[in-house]
Amino acid sequence: MSTMTVSAPVTNSLTAGKLPKNSPLIVLAASWVVAAAFFAVIFLAGATETFNWAGALFFGTVLHCVALFLFSYFVEGVRRAKDRLVTALVTIAFVVALIPLISLVGTTVVNGLPAFLTPSFFTESQRNVVGAGGGALHAIVGTLFVTGLATLISVPIGLLTAIYLTEYGRGRLARGITFFVDVMTGIPSIVAGLFAYALFSLLFDDPGIRFGFGGSVALSVLMIPVVVRSSEEMLKLVPNELREAAYALGVPKWLTIVKVVLPTSLAGIVTGVMISISRVIGETAPLLIIAGFTASMNYDLFSERMMTLPVFVYNQYASQGADSQAYIDRAWAGALTLIVIVMLLNLVARLVARTFSPKLGR
Amino acid sequence: MTTAVDRIAIKAKERPGDRIFSTATVVAGSLILAVLAAVALFLFVQSIPAFVAPADAFKGDFTNFWSYVAPLAFGTVWSAFLALLMAVPVAIAVALFISHYAPRKLAQGLGYLIDLLAAVPSVVFGLWGIGVLAPLVQPFYASLVDWFGWFPLFAGPVSGTGRTILTVAIVLAVMVLPIITAICREIFLQTPVLYEEASLALGATRWEMITMAVLPFGRAGIISAAMLGLGRALGETMAVAMVLSPNPQVIFQLLTSQNSNTIAANIALNFPEAHGVGVNILLATGLVLFVITLIVNMIARVIINRRKAFSGAN
Repeated sequence: MSTMTVSAPVTNSLTAGKLPKNSPLIVLAASWVVAAAFFAVIFLAGATETFNWAGALFFGTVLHCVALFLFSYFVEGVRRAKDRLVTALVTIAFVVALIPLISLVGTTVVNGLPAFLTPSFFTESQRNVVGAGGGALHAIVGTLFVTGLATLISVPIGLLTAIYLTEYGRGRLARGITFFVDVMTGIPSIVAGLFAYALFSLLFDDPGIRFGFGGSVALSVLMIPVVVRSSEEMLKLVPNELREAAYALGVPKWLTIVKVVLPTSLAGIVTGVMISISRVIGETAPLLIIAGFTASMNYDLFSERMMTLPVFVYNQYASQGADSQAYIDRAWAGALTLIVIVMLLNLVARLVARTFSPKLGR
Repeated sequence: MTTAVDRIAIKAKERPGDRIFSTATVVAGSLILAVLAAVALFLFVQSIPAFVAPADAFKGDFTNFWSYVAPLAFGTVWSAFLALLMAVPVAIAVALFISHYAPRKLAQGLGYLIDLLAAVPSVVFGLWGIGVLAPLVQPFYASLVDWFGWFPLFAGPVSGTGRTILTVAIVLAVMVLPIITAICREIFLQTPVLYEEASLALGATRWEMITMAVLPFGRAGIISAAMLGLGRALGETMAVAMVLSPNPQVIFQLLTSQNSNTIAANIALNFPEAHGVGVNILLATGLVLFVITLIVNMIARVIINRRKAFSGAN
């Protein structure tokens, strides 16, 4: 530090008494080097079997916080030192939050890719498969059917409710709906599955009931509130001038909504629907309860058990056969398929939102 | 008199299309309330046999339904509490990073990145928990028991697989982090810019500005975000069912292979093989979970809504 102040020819009153701008980075690099050197000495001395990367990174980062605080304390005073410490901690928290995401996606790709790339994974079911081989076609078809029907149920109900809340709703009913829609977003997924089971086992008087349509109903319970919330936000963004212009031309209210309000907010609504699909497509617990699991193809939503991808992943892991590695590989491949679907849905949704959103000039 | 004439004059003509459309929207909205009521009703009707079930209907030696559900309810609350203990500070820091520290251009992209974490299916978190996290933390647990075994929570014997309630809590913390972060971020961004600029202009550092303007303004929002995260952690099923090695007792120790199970995981593990009154018992535990999460969520929403009404943001 002392060399800095000595070598500066002119003291600028605005920067005097401050650490140089890139000092946090320099301190971070120095701390890592020191920690790495420390652990390298331990490793060379034979105390640990391998070089402890995690330890070096962890203690290097801790050292960085301490060193930066001390430097800043002596140069800039305690207030700036606290500020620098918090900046470092907040940034570290963000990086720490990203570690699970990177680790999770990384392991899924590495472990899932071998079975994922087998052609039979997308063309065969698990019928009569013991050990390696077979595929997840039955689960992929089941997921598409169940989620597709759930979307067909949820979107009209959710969209109409959102329209009610933005265009018609006044008074207690609207307030009640808004409140309970918010509360519904917090229903545990397994409770939705239990509800579908309780409903249909009473209706059909069959305590062992398992079928795909029940899964769609359970997913709808989870999906409707998400659709309502996102569509409501989008409908609220439509400027009132557009509605007033339509009324001034004598257009009835319902035609104004259908022809003016909905087209304007279509991109946002589509985005919201896709994101809500990506939320429910990975739900396992409700489908485990009401759709059950099977090794065979089933194209009929209204009878017999139906396999879905998340349940496939769980089932492959939970009931491993003699050749357990084959089952674990298939579980990871199923997980990879799910992640790819979810990420694609999210990505396309963002693209739709960005490309087709109305330019409001704001 | 004139007002009455005016009111008649400006009343729009009710067309059949209007009436059909508005009725449809009201029906859809009411349907949502009906569904929520139906969830409670059907679960309750199906649970009645469980409340009067004889002692031999329960797995393990329990005398009645309440003694059966109590350890499960404890495990549910305990794991969710541990998860929140880890998730809330990190979530607030991440939200602050995105809203106040990250470069403006990057902030939105970084927000998406955290949101992606919310989109990962829970069953994948379960696989990751057993396959990656549990083996990774097991040696760490072993040394914790060696050094801090005198502390009641860390008492041994250490689990050999790492599949303990602390691992579950870490997985749950990762899962609720994006929810808490997203809400905190929204709240922090709503802080009136004038407050922030005023404190900066008076010479406050960025951290002082945050403690004086942003955090007091967002306190209610942070509490309700934490409660929404709590609701999610209470109901999380698959990650717990896959990672935890359960035991039907009340157990506080974090690092042993005997752990209290959660309601949701217990249902998922036992439902496929359940029959007769066993199904009703599981449904009744589901009803208990539903009531717990409903109360937590309602409190959180009341806090958020009250906060919205008094906010000076707009």
